[in-house]
Amino acid sequence: MKAWLALLRPGDGFVVLVAALAVGVSFPLLWAGGRPERAVVRVDGKVVAEFPLTAPRRYTVAGPLGETVIEIAPGRARVLSDPGPRQYCVQQGWLTRPNAIAICAPNHVSLSLSGREASHDSLNY
Amino acid sequence: MTASTIELAVTPDDRRIARHAAAAIALAVAEAALPSPLPGVKPGLANIVVLIVLWRHGWRDAAWVSLLRVVAGSLLIGQFLAPGFFLALTGALASLAALALAVRLPRRWFGAVTASVLAAFAHIGGQLLLARLWLVPHDGVFLLAPVFGLSALVFGIVNGLVAAKLLNEDD
Repeated sequence: MKAWLALLRPGDGFVVLVAALAVGVSFPLLWAGGRPERAVVRVDGKVVAEFPLTAPRRYTVAGPLGETVIEIAPGRARVLSDPGPRQYCVQQGWLTRPNAIAICAPNHVSLSLSGREASHDSLNY
Repeated sequence: MTASTIELAVTPDDRRIARHAAAAIALAVAEAALPSPLPGVKPGLANIVVLIVLWRHGWRDAAWVSLLRVVAGSLLIGQFLAPGFFLALTGALASLAALALAVRLPRRWFGAVTASVLAAFAHIGGQLLLARLWLVPHDGVFLLAPVFGLSALVFGIVNGLVAAKLLNEDD
C-alpha cells in the first residue's frame, strides 16, 4: 500500500481529491429528483382545492358516493378515507414524490402532488 | 513477366507503435470477456499502455496506439461500426484531448495518475455526450453520470498507479 502511495505526486492527490468531490456532489445533485410542493385535489378532473405541503390539515371533498377525506402533512399527502369499495387510493398511503397520484375512481376524486421540477410524468402503484 | 512486389517501408517508429498497439488490443479484448454491471463500466486496462506510451514516446504515439486499439479491438470483438464502436471512438478522442493537456502539466507535480484520472473523466464525458446527442436523446442518460463518474475515478486511479509503477520500474 505504502509503495503504491509513493507513486503519487503532490498534484495527483489534488486531482484525485477534486475528482472525488465532483463525483460525491453529482450523486445528490442528479438523483434528488425534486421535492413535492403542492397537493392538488380534483373531482371529475377539475381542480377543487390546492394546498401547499407545509402545514398539516384535513380536507373533505364530496363525490357521487360520499365524502373523501384528504390529509395533508409537511412534505406529503394521502387519502385518509374514501367511500369506494376497494380502497385502492387509501391503501396507497402517503404520497411523497412530485407527480405521484392517488385516484379514487369510484368517487371521481384524485389527489396528486406537484413540484417545481417534476422527475416523472406520473407515478402510481 | 516479372513478378511485381509492393514493399511497404516500415520504420522503427511503426514497429514500436505496432508493438504497443498489440499489447493494448490484447488487453481490450481480454477485458471484453469480463462481465460488466452496466454497459460502459469497465476497467479500461488498455489505457495503461496508452499512458506508458504517452510518457515515453509522446502524444503522437499515444494517439496512434489508442486509435489502433479502438479500430482493431472492435474488429476482433465484432463491434466495428456498431454503436459501441462510436462510443469507444468518442471516448478515445476525448481522453486523447485530455492527455494532450495533462502531458503539458509540470511533471514534478503531476504524474501518470493525474493523466489517467483526467483521461478517464474525459472518456466518460465524451461518451455521455454522444449517447445524449445520438443514442438516447433524453436528459435521462445524465442520471447515469454519477455511476460512470465513480467508475472513472476508481479505474482512473488504479490504471494510473499501475502505469506509474511500470514507468518507475524502467527508470
